[in-house]
Amino acid sequence: MQRESIDAIEANPRYQQLVRSRKRFAWVLTLLMLGIYYGFILTIAFAPELLAIPVAEGAIMTIGMPLGVVIILSAFLLTGIYVVRANGHFDRLTKEIQEEAR
Amino acid sequence: MRRFAPWGVLAALLIPFGLAAAPAMSGAVEKQAVNVTAISMFVAFVVGTLGITYWAARRTRSAKDFYTAGGGITGFQNGLAIAGDYMSAASFLGISGLVFASGYDGLIYSIGFLVGWPVIMFLLAEQIRNLGKFTFADVASYRFGQTQIRTMAALSSLVVVAFYLIAQMVGAGKLIQLLFGLEYWMAVVAVGVLMMVYVIFGGMTATTWVQIIKAVLLLSGATFMAFAALSAFGFSPEEMFRQATEIHPNGLDIMGPGSLVQDPINAISLGLALMFGTAGLPHILMRFFTVPDAKEARKSVFYATGFIGYFYILTFIIGFASIVLLAQHPEFFKPEALSAEGAVLSERLVSGVEGGSNMVAIRLAEAVGGNLFLGFISAVAFATILAVVAGLTLAGASAISHDLYASVIARGRGNEATEIRISRFATFGLGLVAIALGIAFESQNVAFMVGLAFAIAASANFPVLAASIFWGRMTTRGALAGGLAGLLSAVVLTVLSKAVWGDVLGHTAPGPDGTPVPVGLIGLDNPAIVSIPMAFFFIWLVSLLDNSEQAQRERSAYRAQRIRCETGIGAEGAASH
Repeated sequence: MQRESIDAIEANPRYQQLVRSRKRFAWVLTLLMLGIYYGFILTIAFAPELLAIPVAEGAIMTIGMPLGVVIILSAFLLTGIYVVRANGHFDRLTKEIQEEAR
Repeated sequence: MRRFAPWGVLAALLIPFGLAAAPAMSGAVEKQAVNVTAISMFVAFVVGTLGITYWAARRTRSAKDFYTAGGGITGFQNGLAIAGDYMSAASFLGISGLVFASGYDGLIYSIGFLVGWPVIMFLLAEQIRNLGKFTFADVASYRFGQTQIRTMAALSSLVVVAFYLIAQMVGAGKLIQLLFGLEYWMAVVAVGVLMMVYVIFGGMTATTWVQIIKAVLLLSGATFMAFAALSAFGFSPEEMFRQATEIHPNGLDIMGPGSLVQDPINAISLGLALMFGTAGLPHILMRFFTVPDAKEARKSVFYATGFIGYFYILTFIIGFASIVLLAQHPEFFKPEALSAEGAVLSERLVSGVEGGSNMVAIRLAEAVGGNLFLGFISAVAFATILAVVAGLTLAGASAISHDLYASVIARGRGNEATEIRISRFATFGLGLVAIALGIAFESQNVAFMVGLAFAIAASANFPVLAASIFWGRMTTRGALAGGLAGLLSAVVLTVLSKAVWGDVLGHTAPGPDGTPVPVGLIGLDNPAIVSIPMAFFFIWLVSLLDNSEQAQRERSAYRAQRIRCETGIGAEGAASH
C-alpha cells in the first residue's frame, strides 16, 4: 500500500469511526462474556453452595442448572449480537471506506 | 476393578477437539465381539465419504482449492464443520460419563469449552481472516522476517499437530477395539489410511464435508438419545433429577458443584488454556480461510457456537438420564456395585457400568435404541475420530508445504504445482508417522499429550498471533523470544505437573489414606496461567530492546497491516466490487 493511501485512509473520519466503535463494541462483549464465565468459576471456587439452592421450595432442581443453560445461551446470543452489528453497520462503513480508497 | 480417577477424566476433558485417551481407554481394553451392525453402518459412512472425496478431487486443482476449498464454503457449512472439529468423541463420551459419575460438575466443563468461541470471534476472527491466506503462520509472520517467524510458527504448528495426532490415534485404536471388536493395529491403520485418502485426494473440500456429515450424524444421534431418554420421564427434567438423586450414591450432592473444581488458581488456569488454546490451534484457525469473506467467517462462529452449546446441553441430559436408565438395565449395569463395601461413593456407580464411564453414552444408546442404534452411535464415534485426524493432518501438511517449503525454502519463487505435490507427500508422510506412533504408543499413558498440545497452542501460538495483530511495536526478535518462552515454559511446567511427573514418570506421595498416589512437582495442572504471561512479557521486553534497522521497518509496516486488518483492503479473496 502506498504511503499516501495509508495517510488518506487513516485520516478518513469513517475509518476512525469504524475502528473506534468496533473496538469498543468488541471489548464490551468480551468483558461481558469473561465476566459471566469467571463469575461462574469464582462462585464455584468460593461459594459453591449458592448454586446448590433449589429453584423452589421442595424442588430437586437447583439454581445452578438453569444458570448453566443460561450461560450457554448467553455465549450464543452474544455472538449473534456481534454478527448482526458487524455484518450490518460495520460492513457498511467498511464498504464505504473501501470505495473511497479506490 | 478399574479405579475411577476424576482427575484423569479432567485431563481427558482438557481435550475438546480430539478423542481423549481417557482413563478407560488408556488402560488395557477388553476386546468385544465383532459388532456387525456397527461395522456395516461405518462401511456405509466410508463409502459415502469416499464418493465425496472423488467429487472433491475433481475440483481440487489450485493450492487455494487444496488448503481452503477455494474459499467457497458458506458460513453455515463452515459453522457445522467447526462444530465437527469441536464435538469430539472425547467430549461426547467423556462429558456424558463425567455427568453420570459426578452430576453438575460435568456442566462446568462443558461451559469452559464453549466460552472461548465468543471471545475468538470478538477479538480475532475477522483480523485473522483479513490478514491470512492459508495458514496461521501467514497471520503471525505478516510483517516480520519470513524465514524466522514462519519457521517458528510452522514448527510449533507441527508440534501441536503431532501431540494431537498421537493421542487421537491411540484413543482411536482403543475405542474402536471396544466398539467394533477390531484389533488395535487394524483400527489404527484403518484410521490412518482413510484419513490419508481424504486429505491427499480431496484436500480441504473433502475434509470439510467429512466434518459436516459427522457433525450432522452426531447431532442427530445425540438429539434422538436425549429425547428418547427424556420421554422416559414424561419430558420432565424435575422428574429425571428426582429419580437420579434417589439412585446416585451421592444423592442430592450431584445437583450442585462437587469436588472437581476446588482450587481457584487451577480453575482459572484451565479456563485460560481452554479459551486461548482454541485461538492458537492451527487446524481451527485454518477454517477461517475456507469462507469467502469476513462476513461469512463471523456467521460461521455464530453457527458453531450454537451447535456446540446445543450439543453440550444434550450430553448433560444424556449423562443424567443414564444414572436412572442404566440402573434399570441389568444387562449393562451391575446393581450390586451400588452397595459395594469399601468403595468411594461416586466410584460405585461408575464401577457398575460395563466398560467404565466412557461407555455410558454407548450403553444408553443400546438401552433406548437397541442394537441398531448402538451400531449407529458406534459408527458415528469412528467417523468423529476420522474427521478430527483429517483436519489435523491437513493443517500439519500445510505447515510443511505452504510455510516451510513455499515461503522459507523456495522463498516464494516455487511454483504452485510443486507446492501442492509437496503437501500431498507431506500428508502421506504424516499419515505414516501417525500410524507408526499410534502403534508404538499403544500401551503408553498419552492423556497428557493433548493437554500439552493445548498448552503450547495457548502459550506459543496465541501470544505471537495476538501481538502481531494488536501491538505495532513488536519485532521479529520479540516474536521469536516470546514464542520460545511460551513454548519452553508450557513444556517444562507440563512435565513437572501431575499428568507427566506423577502419572507418566511414576513419582508418588502418600495420599490421605496412606496409599501412594501420583503427584506433580508443582501443584499447577495446566501451565497457562504462568506460560501465557511469560510469552507476552518476553515479546514486550525483547521488542522494546530491539532497535535494529529491521525492527524500524517492521514497526513502520504496522500502519498498512492495521488498515488491511480493519477493512480487508488488500485481503486474500476479498470480494471484487
